Amino acid sequence: MSGTLLLVQALNGLQLGVLLFLVAAGLTLVFGVMDFINLAHGVQYMLGAYLGAHFAAIMGSFWLALPLALLGSLAIGLLLEVLVFRHLYARDHLAQVLATFGVILVLNQGVKAVWGTAPRELPVPALLDGGITIMPGLQYPVFRIAIIAAGLATAGLLWLVVERTKVGMLIRAGATNPRMVAALGVDVRRLFTLVFATGAMLAGFAGVMAAPIFSVEPGMGDTVLILAFVVIVIGGIGSIRGAFIAALLVGLIDTLGRSLMPDLMRLILDASSARQAGAAIASMLVYVAMAAVLAFRPAGLFPVRGG
Amino acid sequence: MAWRGAIVAEPLLILDGLRKHYGGLAVTDGVSLDLRMGEIHAIIGPNGAGKTTLIHQVSGTVAPDAGRVIFGGRDITRLSFPARVRAGLARSFQITSILSGFSALENAALAAQRRHGSSFRFFRAAARDATLNTAGMAALEAVGLAERATMQAGALSHGEKRQLELALALATEPRALLLDEPLAGAGQEETARLIAILRALRDRYAILLVEHDMDAVFALADRVTVLEQGRVLATGTPAAIRADAAVRAAYLGEEEIPC
Amino acid sequence: MMRWSPALLLALLAAAPWLGFSGSYEFTLMARAMVLALAALSLGFLVGGAGLVSLGHAAMLGVGGYAVAILDAHGVTEALLVLPAAVAAAALFALLTGAIAIRTSGVHFIMITLAFGQMAFFTASSLAAYGGDDGYTLYARTEIAGHRLLENRLAFHYLCLALLAGAWLLLRAILASRFGRVLRATRENAQRAEAMGFAPYAYRLAAYAIAGAVAGLAGFLMANATEFVAPSAIAWQRSGELLFMVILGGVGSLPGAILGAAAFVVAEEQLATLTEHWRLIFGPLLILAVIFLPHGLAGRHRG
Ligand SMILES: Nc1ncnc2c1ncn2[C@@H]1O[C@H](COP(=O)(O)OP(=O)(O)OP(=O)(O)O)[C@@H](O)[C@H]1O
Ligand SMILES: [Mg+2]
Repeated sequence: MSGTLLLVQALNGLQLGVLLFLVAAGLTLVFGVMDFINLAHGVQYMLGAYLGAHFAAIMGSFWLALPLALLGSLAIGLLLEVLVFRHLYARDHLAQVLATFGVILVLNQGVKAVWGTAPRELPVPALLDGGITIMPGLQYPVFRIAIIAAGLATAGLLWLVVERTKVGMLIRAGATNPRMVAALGVDVRRLFTLVFATGAMLAGFAGVMAAPIFSVEPGMGDTVLILAFVVIVIGGIGSIRGAFIAALLVGLIDTLGRSLMPDLMRLILDASSARQAGAAIASMLVYVAMAAVLAFRPAGLFPVRGG
Repeated sequence: MAWRGAIVAEPLLILDGLRKHYGGLAVTDGVSLDLRMGEIHAIIGPNGAGKTTLIHQVSGTVAPDAGRVIFGGRDITRLSFPARVRAGLARSFQITSILSGFSALENAALAAQRRHGSSFRFFRAAARDATLNTAGMAALEAVGLAERATMQAGALSHGEKRQLELALALATEPRALLLDEPLAGAGQEETARLIAILRALRDRYAILLVEHDMDAVFALADRVTVLEQGRVLATGTPAAIRADAAVRAAYLGEEEIPC
Repeated sequence: MMRWSPALLLALLAAAPWLGFSGSYEFTLMARAMVLALAALSLGFLVGGAGLVSLGHAAMLGVGGYAVAILDAHGVTEALLVLPAAVAAAALFALLTGAIAIRTSGVHFIMITLAFGQMAFFTASSLAAYGGDDGYTLYARTEIAGHRLLENRLAFHYLCLALLAGAWLLLRAILASRFGRVLRATRENAQRAEAMGFAPYAYRLAAYAIAGAVAGLAGFLMANATEFVAPSAIAWQRSGELLFMVILGGVGSLPGAILGAAAFVVAEEQLATLTEHWRLIFGPLLILAVIFLPHGLAGRHRG
């Protein structure tokens, strides 16, 4: 593999990484503050993509569709919170898993009922269409660069909020010791609604950004959800910094693994076995990485909760 | 009361310079003490003095930042909690910790199971295992709980749960017992019964007893260590402790017994 | 009622072929119910016995099924080889992934089992030699000592039934044994189990491997029932459904898992006849069941 191709794959990995971060950030904060496991977080990502594609088709503009899709994601997220999730905070993880699993079934089927099973498309906005030359003889799509930039900017903003503001301090305190925050007289429920709404919007944002690159189809949130789980397990539940580093790590491992593994296998196998074995191993890499991290640090790279 | 521990030369359990910090708070601040066979060594101190945290470090539920725990001549500082139990160091908990869904006998039989054959037996029903039932029953009898054997542990009275907690420690066939407030929450009658049980146990075990009930402490203990803010304020016979001016000032106050 | 209903259910399944339920549709449906019941039973053992909420149990089913497929592709169809291989492969997979997953607990455990399940799913999808995404069709059902006994629908029906009943009795015996008692203790109060000298890890891991083995058995039956193995059959949604069956029957009850699986298959079948979008009905039912029936259909809580 050539150096330029490697660079392209690294950028692709970075781009997957920031998308994963946008999904994982909400998930990890919701876990941290409310100890609530929300499988339905992945469908927020899917809904973002669908709403983006839908509004773009109606309005004819990506830039109008983006804020509308974000508002839609927010509204649906808050609705779910009121209708379902609110009744689960006091319940055990098993109940939370199952009820939010039910939400996934409904919403995956719901988008099929509304928009059909065929993949939908959201065209790349004209402003960000085309490629730019990042090295002599190497073009890279502007839109993908924009995703990386937007993702990094959001991560920076989130970091500022969590580390430098009063709300952020409460969120961190909540992740470390939820009972203490409640004892301090903070309205934990409102704090959570805020965290939850932010998470839903971030996931929706990731969905809109991903829509022009990946196909918009039912179930697209499930794969992302599970990768986001891997991210927050590696990063340490409740840690924004951990989620960020782990997301980039997972994005890079997955993308580079898929492109490099078949070539690596060529060193020991013939062409067709190498392709097969390489693909099989590449699809396991992220999980192997997770297992390796956990074997040494069961609470992840940046554990938040003491004890 | 005579200091019976003086007869036995080698202490069974030695705590050597244990330290534990939580954030900036020194909860255990260089505690050293020892415990001999056939002795009841009481640890007293106001709420938050670090008594439970000390027991945690001896039993292996909390790792000390520094210091050593020597048991039977062996450094067990790195041993896990269950491994220490198997080595003969049993404990009870300040907040009752039993298997509420099991019967009293099942609780005790399970506690005895580690001493009576392998636990990786998959097919024969444990409830019909005569060896386990005999051993479990013996532990229940030792604390006077035999007639409650078939009762579900969660349905026992508070005092009976404290007795069961003690039986579970005994059933592991320990040499030393770490008891964290075994009388906590027990009524007058139950307290009297538990004191009688503890007195009967003294000869066969080494007992480290954390207790707020001063009457019980002075009735039972051969030695008393006073802990305050993670430090040993004084160690000595009950009489000496009673007479110690510093202890009186810091803790016993106006003969008031804190709880 | 709860105590006898699973026995009744098994008796009904035994009698069903003689009560007119002997068409291909009925046999297929009953086989599906029994396979899922076997898988749910093993998960119920894990959740109810050891307190381990796994969201990756379908992978165990998949490893068992793929063991059948891979052996089939290499011409090995003898049950005396295939069955132990499927069970051992699933148990081994459980042992390896469990060794890491069981170091954690609670939410971590749920997510890690989910991730390992997904790993199995993607690995299966990338096995181009065994059908990849599209799945693998067996050349034939497994033979027993050279006889093509399982081709006979009635014989296959009774094999499934016997294995289901056998697994139930086995897991029940294990829960009542010395080992099972330790396991239940670690679930109810891990601190107390440790105070009795038991380090929970080894017991939980052994339970995880046992559950994996039984699920591998279910995978063997699944592959033979449909003569087909595909990644979609072991997707993570299947793990979610298995968990649902377990709590539908009431956590902590092995027979409950069997009943839960049966109820699930029947409900799914009924709803699917109503509308293509039956999940729009099923999903809310699931949510409502979780919120309003915290102790399952049986309505009681054990231990
Ligand atoms: N895990 C922990 N994290 C932070 N602080 C702790 C922790 N455990 C104990 N502490 C603190 O250490 C101090 C000693 O606690 P400990 O429970 O050992 O006291 P104690 O002497 O047993 O009190 P009591 O008589 O009320 O049982 C207390 O101030 C307590 O708040
Ligand atoms: Mg205490």
